[in-house]
Amino acid sequence: MMIARVQGSVVASFKHRDYESKNVFVIQPLDADLNPVGNSLLAVDGAKAGVGDIVLIVDEGGSAKIVLEDSNLSAIRCVIAGIIDSVDLEI
Amino acid sequence: MKLGKVIGRVVSTRKIDCFQRQTMLLVQGINENLQEVGDPLVAIDIVKAGEGDIIYYEAGKEAGFALDMLSPSDATIIAIVEDIDLEGGS
Repeated sequence: MMIARVQGSVVASFKHRDYESKNVFVIQPLDADLNPVGNSLLAVDGAKAGVGDIVLIVDEGGSAKIVLEDSNLSAIRCVIAGIIDSVDLEI
Repeated sequence: MKLGKVIGRVVSTRKIDCFQRQTMLLVQGINENLQEVGDPLVAIDIVKAGEGDIIYYEAGKEAGFALDMLSPSDATIIAIVEDIDLEGGS
C-alpha cells in the first residue's frame, strides 16, 4: 500500500463495464513526509475520497475486489482504500 | 491505471490467436497536465479510441482480465477521458 494525495478527478463516459459508475481520481504518491514522489497515476475511489485528501492506495487486483466489495471486478487494480488523517513518524 | 495519449496504431498480421481481431494502439504515457511521461507502449483497445485521444489504461494482469477472454495483454485501454478536473482549475 502507499500514501498519495488526490489531485483531481477524471471524467470518462465511455469505459469498461467494471469502471461504470465509479469515480476515478488522479493521485500523486507521497513519501512518509508527505512530499510528492514519482509520477501521478489513477485510482478508483473505494473510500468516498475528495480532491485534496491524503489517501491510502492499494495497487493489486485481488485486493481491489475486496475494497470495492465486488468479486466480479476483475479489471480494476488500483483503488483508494482509506483516507489518512495523519502519519506519525518516530524521531 | 495511468493516463495516456493514443499516438498511433500497430498492425500485426501474424500474431497469437488471443490477439486476433484486437486493435493494438501505440500509447504515450502522460501526466495530469498532459505532459509526456516515459516511453510509448502498445495497448489493446476495447473502447474504440482513436489517434489523439486521451485515455487511461490498466497494466498488469488486470489488463488481460479486462478482455472478455483469456488474454496475455499487459496493457489494455479502459476508457476515453473527456475531462480532467484538477484542484485549482484544470
